[in-house]
Amino acid sequence: MVGLGLVAAVLAVVLRHNRPEMAMFLSIAVGIIIFAALIGKIGSVLDVLRELSSRANLSMIYLGTILKIVGIAYIADFGAQICRDAGEGAVASKIEFAAKILVLVLAVPIVLAVLNSLIRVVP
Amino acid sequence: MGSDVNLIFKIAGVGILVAAAHWILKSAGKEDYAFITTVGGVAVVLVWVIYQLGSLFEQVKSVFKLF
Repeated sequence: MVGLGLVAAVLAVVLRHNRPEMAMFLSIAVGIIIFAALIGKIGSVLDVLRELSSRANLSMIYLGTILKIVGIAYIADFGAQICRDAGEGAVASKIEFAAKILVLVLAVPIVLAVLNSLIRVVP
Repeated sequence: MGSDVNLIFKIAGVGILVAAAHWILKSAGKEDYAFITTVGGVAVVLVWVIYQLGSLFEQVKSVFKLF
């Protein structure tokens, strides 16, 4: 994995001198490949989490929301870093801003559930 | 894992080839051919990268149950 990253970094430097757009494609490709290599492990970790939560009879909604938030955070970070790599800091911050809003939208039901349970406990 | 490294070398290879072709054509005086080859090279690499990006998003969607 590290070897892959180093090779790509060297090739990107070679390419950046006269073909900057190719270097950007190269960095995107490396990001995708490294993630594709890890997807299996992430999947197995998530399965273990899901199985544990079902055994501890936690409701699946919360776990699903947490998974969604993690997914959104990862994708947003992936895109933002690539934009920043290409020199587009403004676009990167817009992407991160959108990701924050989406995460907020996802978090609202959980906050409501917590508040409801609190109100019930402390009348 | 193996096939992915090929993709990186393919992209780097196309990039270097296009850069060399651009430089040769420019020094040979055929400026417009140089630009055509550059755009062609960029388009080819773009198709590869977008294909990979599509598969990445599909995987993320499936793993994190996003939709």
